[in-house]
Amino acid sequence: MKHTLRPSQYAILIAIMLTASVGDSLLARGMKEVGAVDLHHLGLLWHALFNPYVDAGIILLIGFFASYTTALSWADLTFVMPATAFGYVVIALMGRYWLHEQLTWSRWAGVALIVCAVGFVAGGPSRTEHPNLDQMDAGAGR
Amino acid sequence: MTETTHMVHAWAAIFFVAAFAVLGEVMIASGMRQLGDLDDIRAARGLGGTILAVLGNVRFVIGALCMALNFFAMLAALSLANLSLAGPAIAALTYIGNAIAAKFFLRERVDKRRWLATACVAVGVFLLSR
Repeated sequence: MKHTLRPSQYAILIAIMLTASVGDSLLARGMKEVGAVDLHHLGLLWHALFNPYVDAGIILLIGFFASYTTALSWADLTFVMPATAFGYVVIALMGRYWLHEQLTWSRWAGVALIVCAVGFVAGGPSRTEHPNLDQMDAGAGR
Repeated sequence: MTETTHMVHAWAAIFFVAAFAVLGEVMIASGMRQLGDLDDIRAARGLGGTILAVLGNVRFVIGALCMALNFFAMLAALSLANLSLAGPAIAALTYIGNAIAAKFFLRERVDKRRWLATACVAVGVFLLSR
């Protein structure tokens, strides 16, 4: 049976890509402001919680985890992983066009490969059906 | 410590981090499959009931604990290997490890299309991280 996604499920996949990439970028920006944390300066981690970029990053990463677990409730792991890897492309393109960083040919090649990967999985079913296993699991899980 | 011993330790740490990530993701995926579509559960029990159902799933909790261990193992790995080596190596190993584990433990149908996609992402992430 071919599983096709509803528009709300595509929205969850897009939320995973955006929350992961933007969340990581905000955390990186915040931690640059906080400074390097090592074993002798662990108190900085507490200080980091008062940085607005770190706070926004944590909220987005909680959103990422919620979206990711939701997606895994209706799609295979091997479908969700490549489909959401597009977030890496978002980070690379944000770096190129927003932060004006230089992208080397190898990074452009990486972008192209991930776009191809998303194309491969998008054309296939999102879920493998195991009627017997799913029935047993549902009985044990609820 | 010789250069060779240091590299062995660094790669052992990288494999360890990737193993925790694979175990965590597979356990979470298994728990979510066991629960079923969260949209249906939310429609029946509301948001609070859905959160309780997820947090009450043993596989999910084990998976989340593995992801926490993965985070601390990552910190340890970064003290042994450079980020430029550890980051892409862990990401690529995790993608490939997840595909293998999904095929054998989650019984997912990993056809040629999905193997190709996994390989493209692993190589793509490696190239992007250089």
